[in-house]
Amino acid sequence: MRRSRFLPWLGFALGAAYFLLPLIATFEFSLREKRDAYSFLAYANVLNDPNFRATFTYSVTVAIATIIVGIVLIVPAAYFVRLRLPALRPVVEFITLLPLIVPPIILVFGYIRTFNSSSFLPLTNSTTGTNILLTFGYVTLSMPYMYRAVDTGLRAIDVRTLTEAATILGARTPTILMRVIFPNILISVLSGAFLSFAIVIGEFVMASLLNRPAFGPYMQNIGANRAYEPAALAIIAFVVTWGAMGMIQLLARFAPKTSATLVE
Amino acid sequence: MSNNGDIAGISAGAAGPGKPVPAASRPNRIGAALASFGSAGILGVAPFLIFAIIFLIFPTLGLIGGAFVDKAGKLTLQNFIDLTQPTIVDAYIISIKVSAASAVLGALVGLILALAVGRGGLPSWIRSTVMTFSGVASNFAGIPLAFAFLATLGRLGLVTILLRTVFDFDIYRAGFNILSFSGLTITYLYFQIPLMVLIIMPAIDGLRNEWREAAETLGAGSWHYWRHIGLPVLWPSILGTLALLFANSFGAIATAYGLTGSSLNIVPILLYAQIRGDVLHNPNLGAALALGMIVITGLANVLYLVLRARAERWMR
Repeated sequence: MRRSRFLPWLGFALGAAYFLLPLIATFEFSLREKRDAYSFLAYANVLNDPNFRATFTYSVTVAIATIIVGIVLIVPAAYFVRLRLPALRPVVEFITLLPLIVPPIILVFGYIRTFNSSSFLPLTNSTTGTNILLTFGYVTLSMPYMYRAVDTGLRAIDVRTLTEAATILGARTPTILMRVIFPNILISVLSGAFLSFAIVIGEFVMASLLNRPAFGPYMQNIGANRAYEPAALAIIAFVVTWGAMGMIQLLARFAPKTSATLVE
Repeated sequence: MSNNGDIAGISAGAAGPGKPVPAASRPNRIGAALASFGSAGILGVAPFLIFAIIFLIFPTLGLIGGAFVDKAGKLTLQNFIDLTQPTIVDAYIISIKVSAASAVLGALVGLILALAVGRGGLPSWIRSTVMTFSGVASNFAGIPLAFAFLATLGRLGLVTILLRTVFDFDIYRAGFNILSFSGLTITYLYFQIPLMVLIIMPAIDGLRNEWREAAETLGAGSWHYWRHIGLPVLWPSILGTLALLFANSFGAIATAYGLTGSSLNIVPILLYAQIRGDVLHNPNLGAALALGMIVITGLANVLYLVLRARAERWMR
């Protein structure tokens, strides 16, 4: 039966217009810093701003720390839940969904009250402590995505057979995890890592309320004080997000195509 | 524990083809293997659980507890009574309105877009482009998104100026303002629509061609097919995602803050101001405000999970 393709095309065109217009407008706006001609002056101003470099470096560092802590916590947990403690699965899955129910602003409010100077763990007392708290907060934020990525990776490989084979060859649990399981789910772990990176790099509310010099609060500050630089920052942030998501797409091509992933 | 079978299975499999074990020591060795496997399992999960308790559950419960005490630490429900003051009630109403509007519009437009791309017979590169872009756009929220919409629909934004110079239509004179309910809703749609596309597409792919063919054999047109088969099958997914989109924008603050500063009175911005400077002059009232948010996003997420479980009946 032949159906008209006009409506689908129209829907797609309208959607494309809504999504592309702000990008075009932002890009055009970011070029208007010089009165008489288009220029990349706003970008130059941003990239030469020492605060941009400092805050961007800070956020990249925190993002990498977040990813490492997240992997160290979640990969063993997901592995053992899948292999030996299936009874804990509902508990762990519920925990990984909690950060979607508790918004970041609530979580950081809880942190400020829980880890203040008179508490059992006065993390907000020192800069290092607050940096750790921010990192752990980001680990929590990215937990739903990281766990799902790792769990999907584990589902796609035969965890049990790999573990048994490694055990027969004399490997102990840490060796199995690091040298057998981890390399096999590396692509899934990396997708989770890039998604975490995209979420963490421009995060505003946690960094702002913990008073850390991160990229999110920096952008907010520029937005309140400058005219064209915010548009340049928006384009830069969009490119960074696109890069992180593009890496995930790229990695997906290398992921093992097993029956489990095809069912997904 | 219910997984003793698993553990025994693994240790038997591991011990079997390995070194021959003297018969006498066999039970002991299996026992030791059992113990080490069990404890390794606990040891592997423990750091995650401890982390979650200290940095997720404990702070949240502490906050919830704080909503039920007064400044002196005595149990009270006064904080919830204080929530009924006009500023706070207004904030909840505006928040719910923005979240509902952006969720409903996002779900509707997202569904249409997903149907157009997934079922409209468009070339396949369009589908993959839309999916990739949705992945990016659903994560392009917060401060930069606010900047993008200021550059588009702000007073000096490209679209605002184009409409004024080319069509002689001033959207600001017509009552639009990017720093208002409508402006915030239209901005939120930029991550709500892609999220809908990403979540609903698998459900749309789950609509089998056989169903459509069967309906057409029985004489159904497009309208009948969607009215009696397509939409009823998709319905739980649509409602579930609607709930998720609602929660998604209800907890969001960075976009709104980047767009309007603290001028728009929505719950997360009020809470932000409260955490920053105790504008309500009562930290425990702030905790009650936060508890109200958790209840709303929690309900929306529970609704999403329940409806998703229902929707999966058709996904097999």
